[in-house]
Amino acid sequence: MENLERVLAEHPFLKGLEARHIELLAGCTSNVVFKPGEFIFREGEDADKFYLIRHGKVVVETFVPQKGPLLIRTRTKDDVFGWSWMIPPYKWHFDARAMELTRGLALDGKCLRGKCEEDHDLGYELMKRFATLIAERLEATRLQLMDIYGDHS
Amino acid sequence: MATTHKNNSLAGPEGSDVMMVRPFKIRRMIKETDDTFSLELGPRDGTRGFSFEPGQFNMLNVFGIGEVPISISGDPTKTDELLHTTRAVGTVTKAMKKLKVGDTIGIRGPYGKSWPVREVEGYDVVVVAGGIGLAPLRPVIYYLLANREKYGKIVLLYGTRTPEEILFRKDLEKWRARFDLETFMTVDRATGDWRGNVGVVTTLIGRAPFDHLNSAAMICGPEIMMRFTVLELQKRGLVDDKIFVSMERNMKCGVGLCGHCQLGASFVCKDGPVYRYDQIRGIFTKREL
Ligand SMILES: Cc1cc2nc3c(=O)[nH]c(=O)nc-3n(C[C@H](O)[C@H](O)[C@H](O)COP(=O)(O)OP(=O)(O)OC[C@H]3O[C@@H](n4cnc5c(N)ncnc54)[C@H](O)[C@@H]3O)c2cc1C
Ligand code: FES
Repeated sequence: MENLERVLAEHPFLKGLEARHIELLAGCTSNVVFKPGEFIFREGEDADKFYLIRHGKVVVETFVPQKGPLLIRTRTKDDVFGWSWMIPPYKWHFDARAMELTRGLALDGKCLRGKCEEDHDLGYELMKRFATLIAERLEATRLQLMDIYGDHS
Repeated sequence: MATTHKNNSLAGPEGSDVMMVRPFKIRRMIKETDDTFSLELGPRDGTRGFSFEPGQFNMLNVFGIGEVPISISGDPTKTDELLHTTRAVGTVTKAMKKLKVGDTIGIRGPYGKSWPVREVEGYDVVVVAGGIGLAPLRPVIYYLLANREKYGKIVLLYGTRTPEEILFRKDLEKWRARFDLETFMTVDRATGDWRGNVGVVTTLIGRAPFDHLNSAAMICGPEIMMRFTVLELQKRGLVDDKIFVSMERNMKCGVGLCGHCQLGASFVCKDGPVYRYDQIRGIFTKREL
């Protein structure tokens, strides 16, 4: 457990969290390994986790009928992915697949939702971090939608 | 850091007229992507060699059709080879794409201010290219690698639309294999079989390995991409006088005479295309210029 707490405390996404909060998070955390090609979650499934990548690469994608998967964003070492666990109805909106052997930590969203309700300081700390993440994703998605290298550029 | 980057001398070879068009023969034509091609050119007029600074451009004349500014995309240390990489978008560039090996093309130049490769000696150098923007920056990479010991870390961040639109694949492969150059690539969109990064080029900046207190950045790509890249670099702590961008405006004379390429109080052909960001910050984000 101590080791898990150290790994959590050192992850850039959680940097600065108080030791007591890290301890709470550790209670909801497990080590995970995904083989290349393995799906981590699929669109429509219950979003009951989020992930911190320690090694490897994951792609968030969506399946387009007759075209196959459309790759939206890759995530690598030190990245976080999955925020549907904190927003009702807690369902994944995309698929996530390991592009290579990926190791990381899975944080149980159901468990965390309970802890955040009990300890609003923890809830606020997590909310701040996820708000920054969501804002960054939104900006990147807007740029993607602008198709800046298209014919009109 | 002063901006003393080189201006064109306003004189052609051996002091000839700055506006003189020199005939060049197309020695080789390289298909880079579906709409982008490189021309390797050699002079037809008996003169030898072609010197330029990274970031400078030539006016390329497709006889009977028109003339367009195109950056030089080759190695500045090789004066026997003149390379231009062009995306076919309109009248002149599409006509240029139809030319054949052995055909003649007119060249005026080199014009414009170059990237400040000498001023950033001793610094980490972050090169950020978007789409065809890698063409004017490729000479920078060649130059930095030829003078590798003079720089700290060199980081290349390259983003393009799809995997099919990646330019200079052979160079990128070589660069990625080097230990003294950190190359990161991403595409805006891809389908199933792509193994690389997906996401806009700005998403590479947060993690790029450079020391923000001791770095300079050179950016080239669509203006929107450059704007957001500057924001991300600023977030990483880079200051505006260490950020350089390359601007594009329609051109006619290429030498500061006609006013076609005016950008605020400056002429892109003469005072640019490379600008230090703090010197154009005000107009960089202004509309309708
Ligand atoms: C200093 C400088 C360096 C340049 N370096 C390069 C280079 O290395 N390689 C390169 O491919 N281009 C480069 N350009 C851009 C190039 O000059 C233009 O693409 C070219 O002038 C277009 O001329 P055209 O007659 O083919 O198109 P036009 O017939 O004039 O335009 C046709 C259509 O293309 C669109 N268009 C025009 N310019 C662009 C553009 N830059 N990108 C996308 N769409 C455009 C127009 O909006 C129009 O809809 C540079 C421009 C400048 C100012
Ligand atoms: S193109 Fe004539 S002044 Fe710049």
